[in-house]
Amino acid sequence: MAAPVLRGCCLGRCWALACIDSGSRHGRGAATGFTSSGKRGQSFVAQQPLLTAQKSRKGEHKWAAVVGLEIHAQIVSNSKLFSGSQVHFAAPPNSLVSFFDASLPGTLPVLNRRCVEAAVMTGLALNCHINKKSLFDRKHYFYADLPAGYQITQQRLPIAVNGSLAYSVCVGKKWRQVITKTVRIKQIQLEQDSGKSLHDELRSQTLIDLNRAGVGLLEVVLEPDMSCGEEAATAVRELQLILQALGTSQANMAEGQLRVDANISVHHPGEPLGVRTEVKNLNSARFLARAIDYEIQRQINELENGCEILNETRSFDYRLGFMPEPNLPPLLLYDTASLPAGADPQQVINIDRIREQLPELPSETREKLIQQYGILPEHSFALLNEVGLLEFFQNVIKETRAEPKKVTSWVLNIFLGFLKQRNLAVNESPVTPSVLAELLNLLDRKVISSAAAKQVFEELWRSKGKTPSQIVSERKLELMQDEEALERVCHAVMEGHPQVVMDMKRGNPRAINKLIGLVRKVTHNRADPMVIKEILEKQLLS
Amino acid sequence: MLGRTLQEVSAALKQGQITPVELCQRCLSLIKKTKFLNAYITISEEVALKQAEESEKRYKKGHSLGALDGIPVAVKDNFSTSGIETTCASNMLKGYVPPYNATVVQRLLDQGAVLMGKTNLDEFAMGSGSTDGVFGPVKNPWSYSKQYREKRKQKPHGENEDSNWLITGGSSGGSAAAVSAFTCFAALGSDTGGSTRNPAAHCGIVGFKPSYGLVSRHGLIPLVNSMDVPGILTRCVDDAATVLGVLAGHDPKDSTTIQDPGKPFMLSSLTDVSKLCIGIPKEYLVPELSSEVRSFWSKAANLFESEGAKVIEVSLPHTSYSIVCYHVLCTSEVASNMARFDGLEYGHRCDIDVSTEAMYAATRREGFNDVVRGRILAGNFFLLKENYANYFIKAQKVRRLIANDFVNVFNSGVDVLLTPTTLSEAVPYLEFIKEDNRTRSAQDDIFTQAVNMAGLPAVSVPVALSNQGLPVGLQFIGRAFCDQQLLTVAKWFEKQVQFPVIQLQELMDDCSSVFEIEKLASVSLKQ
Repeated sequence: MAAPVLRGCCLGRCWALACIDSGSRHGRGAATGFTSSGKRGQSFVAQQPLLTAQKSRKGEHKWAAVVGLEIHAQIVSNSKLFSGSQVHFAAPPNSLVSFFDASLPGTLPVLNRRCVEAAVMTGLALNCHINKKSLFDRKHYFYADLPAGYQITQQRLPIAVNGSLAYSVCVGKKWRQVITKTVRIKQIQLEQDSGKSLHDELRSQTLIDLNRAGVGLLEVVLEPDMSCGEEAATAVRELQLILQALGTSQANMAEGQLRVDANISVHHPGEPLGVRTEVKNLNSARFLARAIDYEIQRQINELENGCEILNETRSFDYRLGFMPEPNLPPLLLYDTASLPAGADPQQVINIDRIREQLPELPSETREKLIQQYGILPEHSFALLNEVGLLEFFQNVIKETRAEPKKVTSWVLNIFLGFLKQRNLAVNESPVTPSVLAELLNLLDRKVISSAAAKQVFEELWRSKGKTPSQIVSERKLELMQDEEALERVCHAVMEGHPQVVMDMKRGNPRAINKLIGLVRKVTHNRADPMVIKEILEKQLLS
Repeated sequence: MLGRTLQEVSAALKQGQITPVELCQRCLSLIKKTKFLNAYITISEEVALKQAEESEKRYKKGHSLGALDGIPVAVKDNFSTSGIETTCASNMLKGYVPPYNATVVQRLLDQGAVLMGKTNLDEFAMGSGSTDGVFGPVKNPWSYSKQYREKRKQKPHGENEDSNWLITGGSSGGSAAAVSAFTCFAALGSDTGGSTRNPAAHCGIVGFKPSYGLVSRHGLIPLVNSMDVPGILTRCVDDAATVLGVLAGHDPKDSTTIQDPGKPFMLSSLTDVSKLCIGIPKEYLVPELSSEVRSFWSKAANLFESEGAKVIEVSLPHTSYSIVCYHVLCTSEVASNMARFDGLEYGHRCDIDVSTEAMYAATRREGFNDVVRGRILAGNFFLLKENYANYFIKAQKVRRLIANDFVNVFNSGVDVLLTPTTLSEAVPYLEFIKEDNRTRSAQDDIFTQAVNMAGLPAVSVPVALSNQGLPVGLQFIGRAFCDQQLLTVAKWFEKQVQFPVIQLQELMDDCSSVFEIEKLASVSLKQ
């Protein structure tokens, strides 16, 4: 079991992910609450969780964890970073390998413009300073799926530095409090991906697939500003949303387009940072959070037991270092002010042009949702968090007269609940936005009650192809429009329950609800509770 | 015919005095007769004949591609040639057949040149003698020249004549020998620290190293990427300019080539040198310089002065640090560049398969010679994290100082520098191997190597024969990207000195004489 305070930052459930910081880069933990309730004390706990080991003899001995991340995102590009080979996820092995990718002697790298633009765009979206001059280096290590014996990367002078990523975690009993946190981004660098090794244990052979070798990566280095697995996972999720919004990476962790390494240490607050260990190659946000929390707890236990933390270095991290890549001149970028006169637009990259092309970022989308539809901040996170859900929501809104809040509630609670139960993605749903919109229209026009609407929704899931109206008429779920008939039902119910009527007359406010319930039961949920109430009250007075 | 320059034979082809196929066959036959020189690793006879036939068709239709159409050329065996084995004179690449042509090779072929074969070198171009390749040393054609043999007869020699052959210099010794022995009209070398100019000087031909960035390196198997330049070996300066005109210019496959589109390099004949300023770097006057070379150097300076040029002593103060600086930078890049030879994708692979690491180790032990392995070891030492700042970074700073020396000199108004190319004429192989590769490379690169640090153009031009009857070359160094100006000066100088043609009758008598071939040619012409 993890230490109780460790989970403080992820009390209950997190509406994973938040908004991009709009400008300020004030280092670690600059927290701003969405709610104006001023519960800063509470948020402070979440911000700097202190940890105790379960078996600690000294109960007062607090620990703080420090987590930094290195994230590799595959760039969306038709061709590789330094060669013209195509990039596809599931192509036959070694079918996308140029002479350069196979490191044939004499081949030279030629930088892919698209990858540079993707790096600049990502840097801008993450509030980075874009270096107008950046350099490429070789990082040496012997590994079978690294054909050249070195990886071309940007160690000395990367393309973007000093950025920030804001993400939000929801805390509090009802997860109503949204806390925005900021993690500093040290740098973004362009580098080559490696190939893949497949180990055939049976024949003790290693098979190499170089399709991935040389694919462009963005390495995003996040400073150790996070303090638990949930924070790290939430920051990664926000970065994922940003990359997807930019179109610079598909950032699908399961397909390896986004890979995360975490550096983890623990220390006593006020004392120097502890020895770091690395958790590598985590391929889902959930595993990332778990692995980090596990490692934090392991380190605390080790230290509490008087052991030392050993920095287990990566298997191929030899002492052999870096060297400038001599075959690539410095990468020069321009802005409108520094653009050389008469420069060929194909030969230069203008940072300002890329800035103009920046699409709406997730934080802006959420802000718009809040402004436009008056929905709650946590709902805006939820809408963005599921692939395709926002689009679904917007399509429903377009076709229905129902209130946005109503739509939000239906989409996030009922619709999403159904998907989760069945482990489906939004685009796999049998219920289309227009069908849901039609259902909500029926509800809005008071053709059906909200309980009946839920019945219809369940039915829609079972019987594909039927419209909500068809189901309503087949099942006779329309609200009773015949007021005289309803009056007769009300009268009969009152006759049948004199005791409840007496209670009501004595002023028990709950008694009328009981009568309403009874009437609804008799009408098979087909009567509008508001109308029933009106009739009951009228009949009481008469 | 084979003794002519490229320009001359090109004219002969145009006039129909000889056909491309005849020319190709004669060169092939001479290549076979001079096989003992060991200039070629691979003779691409079939390909050459096919290319010659294609060329012949073009000439017949009157659509020749230009000055290089039908001209036999040779290429150092560290340039990738599609479908033709490319070994770098190393076990590591024995049997490696590249699937693509180096850009320079492709440009030669696009102009109709006929590729005779791949020439010998020191393994991976690491050396200054062309003695350290897996296919054995290259013999200098001048060892068999009338000029040299006559001088030797005057002196009593106890030793066996045949064991006394001379080295070509290197590492492009195969290319130099191929041009010098008339087996082709131009050859590609590579030049990282003098590897084109040094053997050119020893073999009595023109060896030109263009400005870094003017000629594509794509397909050149690298030694030191930041200093490598494809070199051109020809019998005269004009020929070098002709070849440069074909090779020079931007290559999208080499990001370090200049963007400017290539221009043809047509050299005007300089008649007046009075506006020229020739710099004589005082640091190049070293004690090891042979008195004969020194005297030719000073005669050359006098020649310019007497023709009205301004000749001044200049200083390149950081020259003496050049060799040690080069050692650090070269070995570091070598360690990095050689990392790819692991036996996985191409080249030699050992039989050991207990583990990937064991396979790497044995493959590289078997594949590389001691020189290559020694440089890899040194380079990896310099690249260690704890050594990087003390060696590599410092060497880079020194390199900048060396490059700045040249900038300062050229900014002071000097147009061209005049220096020796080598310390002395070629030495006998037995003499040369008394010192190891590292010592020899350090000695022999002394005048040529700083130029590569600075990326400048330089050309070695043969001046005269030494007392022993062996060629001596002098080097001209120009401003970056002023290759044309440099060659124009070199051409003027070449015309003044009238370097003698190598006389290979004795060599040919051993096999069958060039004269006979010439006679056959004239017979066929008369028909």
